[in-house]
Amino acid sequence: MKLAYWPGCVSRGFTTELHGSMALVADRLEIELVSLDRANCCGAGVIAEHNQELADTLNARTFALAQQTGLGMMNICSTCQGAQSECQQRLDADSAYRAHINEALSDEGIEYVKGKQGFENKNFLWVLVEDYGLDRLKAKVTRPLDRLRVGPFYGCYIVRPKHRLGYEEHPDRDLYLERVIEALGGEVVTYDGARKCCGFPVITMARDTSLRQAGTHVSDALDQGADCLVTPCPLCHLNLDLQQPEAMKVVNRDESLAVLHLPQLVGLALGFEPSELGMNRHIASTEWVAERLVGVPAS
Amino acid sequence: MEQATASTESTTQSYTLKVRRFKPEEGEGPYWQEFEVELDPTLSVLDGLLQARDREDGSLSVRCSCRAAICGSCGVKINGNSTLACLTQIGEAHEGANRLDGGSKPIVVEPMGNMPVVKDLVTDMESTHWEKVRRVTPWLLDDGDPPERERIVPPESMVDITQTIACIQCGACVSSCLSMEVDPDFIGPAALAKAYRFVGDPRDVESRERLYDLAQDPHGIYDCTHCFSCVDACPKGVAPMDQIMRLRRAAGDEEGIDDANNGRRHEKAFTKIIEKKGTLDEALLLQESYAAGVKGKLMPKPAAIKGLVGSLPTAVRGMRTGKMRSLPKLIPGIHPKLPGDAQRHVKGIYAHAEEHHTELNLYITGEEDVEPEPDEEELSQPEASSGPKENE
Ligand code: SF4
Ligand code: SF4
Ligand code: FES
Repeated sequence: MKLAYWPGCVSRGFTTELHGSMALVADRLEIELVSLDRANCCGAGVIAEHNQELADTLNARTFALAQQTGLGMMNICSTCQGAQSECQQRLDADSAYRAHINEALSDEGIEYVKGKQGFENKNFLWVLVEDYGLDRLKAKVTRPLDRLRVGPFYGCYIVRPKHRLGYEEHPDRDLYLERVIEALGGEVVTYDGARKCCGFPVITMARDTSLRQAGTHVSDALDQGADCLVTPCPLCHLNLDLQQPEAMKVVNRDESLAVLHLPQLVGLALGFEPSELGMNRHIASTEWVAERLVGVPAS
Repeated sequence: MEQATASTESTTQSYTLKVRRFKPEEGEGPYWQEFEVELDPTLSVLDGLLQARDREDGSLSVRCSCRAAICGSCGVKINGNSTLACLTQIGEAHEGANRLDGGSKPIVVEPMGNMPVVKDLVTDMESTHWEKVRRVTPWLLDDGDPPERERIVPPESMVDITQTIACIQCGACVSSCLSMEVDPDFIGPAALAKAYRFVGDPRDVESRERLYDLAQDPHGIYDCTHCFSCVDACPKGVAPMDQIMRLRRAAGDEEGIDDANNGRRHEKAFTKIIEKKGTLDEALLLQESYAAGVKGKLMPKPAAIKGLVGSLPTAVRGMRTGKMRSLPKLIPGIHPKLPGDAQRHVKGIYAHAEEHHTELNLYITGEEDVEPEPDEEELSQPEASSGPKENE
């Protein structure tokens, strides 16, 4: 399996452990990733807030670069997925608009083509379930996460709005995290916040709202007995992990809960050690997760 | 109620509704009660509730009137999703309740969220909905002098606000709002969509004042966490979040309102960094969101200092664990700065987009390759529906 790869900005800035663990995991799963190193930020919904056409053109550029490789495209960020899908919907909706946007790309000699054979932009989570296959993933597991109770945390941008994110064709996309956790041998923890908002988009504008959201979800997951959360979104990771000490203060609790990136959880089951996956770089301690793995051989 | 049960061609099926009941007059807390109903799968959850009321318990309270998604009375939560009871087919609701294992779990019906319950499925929308709608001055503020005849406006400018005019005040978006869940003072999706209805109206002469007010309010347009819940919940396609983003665009870009919440500053800093670097440098964003650099010096506004100080623990933690300013080493070929002439092309894109600033609203133009609804056909523009042909 070979895919054009857009890692996003955050996985190369704040959360390098995500980018790193994705590389290890892709290698072990024999997924070849062709990095789109000329591509640009998706705008995270913020640029669209300023100028919709600008956001659409920036993402058309990324799609065009991916289309040049002739491969499908993979991202590792719920927010990239949502922001890019939103722009793609507008680009695909109107040929006159698309032509106008492509004008801005002509200088670079590239073009976004609607419905180009083999081109789709999918988060690693969707790739795992829809293209790689959970049976194939199971066969690669060398250290089943037997004793690990994992709470899924999706990130808004990958679950809503449904009509834009391919839910007509794949109605279970909001259940994939649960399926992956089970395929890796872990136990799914059901709690209130799995499909709610981490609060990150307003951390610099409405800090209390933002931290209260993060704190509430972590608390709920703790109350349901989670050993950790797992998320396909590095921005959710920022609010749930990096901001966790502040967030827990807002909800008056002093426990902490490890928050893993999706490739890290997969990586543990594939036999990588927590340190190889950069789990020592997190703010909320991941030691408990490592302890739960002790005694389970990673051959 | 007329039922299809007697007909030989009846497709009537049995469903279980698990309803959250609350009867304050009996002094008890809320409790769950299951009702067995029999009806055609294409009839609505509201039809099911009314049947349960008629046949089993006349005290079951639900608000409804039109039964055709027009009046906005029957907002509830079905299987956790905020929606209209009359717009949700009971067969689909049953499937939704059992999508995990295809079993026969009951359809769960609850009163709307984020508002006090009066009785059973009836909520009090006064404090969390109507009061907030009044908060945004939901009427036209014109220039005062009544014209001799009507006020003439170009039709295009009214098309822009048709999406918000479609609102039926059902409160489903309010019920689903994830910001309101943690901040009950948030003005909320329905009221802010209503605000855009007047901000976007060319006859309104107080648009700037409206925007200033909503931008400065800590519970205003910058308190929306961009979660899309209201977009999925709204039965009328109003997409309140999209209207909030238009309010932000109008306040920040068009009116240049520098709000105390750092909303405009954040958006400007973000946009500028991508123009310069192509990808996001979060450390720089944090700094610029609060204090845009002027000739290398930090010039924080008083209101911004609080935010910056509040973020310091985060930033320091980030540096200590190597989260900030750490360069990727694991995959060769990834650069923190775009390679070669790529950045020049990004700049070119900025120039092109800033010149045109096109805004495409698919609610109005529709989508190609999608069969338009008969009544939407008139709205869609001829050049926007030229079939599936690809541009070369
Ligand atoms: S997008 Fe904003 S207004 Fe809509 S539900 Fe989410 S927080 Fe509320
Ligand atoms: S915006 Fe939609 S969901 Fe909200 S009150 Fe209006 S019609 Fe109901
Ligand atoms: S009863 Fe009128 S909208 Fe449902």
